[in-house]
Amino acid sequence: MNTVMALAGIVIKELYRRKDFYVVFVLTAVMTLLLGSVNFFHDDKIVRYLKDVCLLLIWVSALVIAIVTSARQLPMERESRTIFPLLAKPVTRAQVIVGKFFGCWFAVGLGLLVFYFFFAVLAGSRDHRWPLAEYIQALWLQWSMLAMVIAGVLLGSLVFAAPSSNSTISFVVVAGILLLGRHLNQVALQQPEPLKTLVYVLYFVIPHLEWYDIRDRVSFDQALVPWADCGLATLYAAVYVAFLLFAAWLVFRRKPLNQ
Amino acid sequence: MDAIVELKNLRVEYRAPERGQGKKVAVKDLNLRVGAGEVFGFLGPNGAGKTTTMNVLLGFVNATSGAAYLFGVDVRQPISRQRIGYLPELTYYYKFLTAEELLRFYAKVFGIPRATAETRIERLLKLVELEQARKRPIRTYSKGMQQRVGLAQALINDPDLLILDEPTSGLDPLGRMKVREIIQRLKNEGKTVFFSSHELGEVETVCDRVAIIAQGELKVEGAVGELVTAHRANLEQIFLKLVGYTGAL
Repeated sequence: MNTVMALAGIVIKELYRRKDFYVVFVLTAVMTLLLGSVNFFHDDKIVRYLKDVCLLLIWVSALVIAIVTSARQLPMERESRTIFPLLAKPVTRAQVIVGKFFGCWFAVGLGLLVFYFFFAVLAGSRDHRWPLAEYIQALWLQWSMLAMVIAGVLLGSLVFAAPSSNSTISFVVVAGILLLGRHLNQVALQQPEPLKTLVYVLYFVIPHLEWYDIRDRVSFDQALVPWADCGLATLYAAVYVAFLLFAAWLVFRRKPLNQ
Repeated sequence: MDAIVELKNLRVEYRAPERGQGKKVAVKDLNLRVGAGEVFGFLGPNGAGKTTTMNVLLGFVNATSGAAYLFGVDVRQPISRQRIGYLPELTYYYKFLTAEELLRFYAKVFGIPRATAETRIERLLKLVELEQARKRPIRTYSKGMQQRVGLAQALINDPDLLILDEPTSGLDPLGRMKVREIIQRLKNEGKTVFFSSHELGEVETVCDRVAIIAQGELKVEGAVGELVTAHRANLEQIFLKLVGYTGAL
């Protein structure tokens, strides 16, 4: 566990010493504050839309940070040859994968904390409510969702040739699941066989990232998701993460280090 | 003498990059033994199989057949690497870290207690003369400084065996001398050093024994003095003769 945590620490240090996170955060903050300074049609409920926009930006920004950070981890180790002194120590390739995963996940978690703090202050200053439980739930579910994304991107970084292609494909897949994932079963019903079965299989195989999106509940002050459901969603994410990391290890254990 | 490094009929084959060319043999049935406290030079021209052999010893590449052991433990077991230090050729360490952060990271990987790690980091930074630059990010280091921080990371676990892949490659004469001094000091401390180099003068100075390989095959192995006497030539001439170069001889 020492090794895994040491590796995770390196990823976290890398994130806060690079400028990526600060750029994304400042962009999100500036865009939200600009929108917040305008009151369209003198609508008293404008704060809801402001919250909605801010949460959307947080989702996009967190995805950008998670995908870009995870996509470069293993290729960068190989490109800069730091993987050699690392694996020359009593470190297994499985530990490298798990360490990188936790590093990215914790780093993104820290980023999310900053984003949600900003969101809470912004929303609280406008509607004078502090529904902390809602925010914690939204943050936790988004963080769980990002765990699946990070594990998938790490697997992708061992399969695709370059971090840029991995990032692009990951963005497309994640956006596709978020937008279409919940409708795939309905699409399947309208298809002839064997396409119907194929789409159904796809519906049951893909990780349903959209289940973790409770932005509407937060924006429009709806009731909390039952905590038991949150627990189940966390378990669901953990199973997918374990499966994706295992697949990454299977690929990495046979992979030549110098290619 | 206990064997610290042992290779038994080691054979490594690669699939050739071009289609239809079958397999390329990088190392052919290599047998080697390096005893405790020896400084062992592993020589050969480029593409001879030196780095491949080292990669097998470090667990980066699996042998096609034969076996390799470090301290009597099969190199496929990660624990075989607990007592070794490795300095790769031309490595760029995590550029966003400082030297002391890098060493702290590797100390943590070895599970070295914090207090011991801090004492060792102090000693190593002094040894490689990076005390003044310890808080600077590695990206600001010169090539020689990067190589010295590499040497420090290789020594963080106080290893009994040091594997160095062309440790003086790309260094200026002063940098080379410093690396040689460090190797000599480690030898005096009773450490085993296994290193590859193209600097034959340097090898002649610091090594107890050498092995020369060419095209994956062991051509000769023995004490430097004995080889020089037996061949009535210096190490460079022996090397050129054994690798099949006749031009200047």
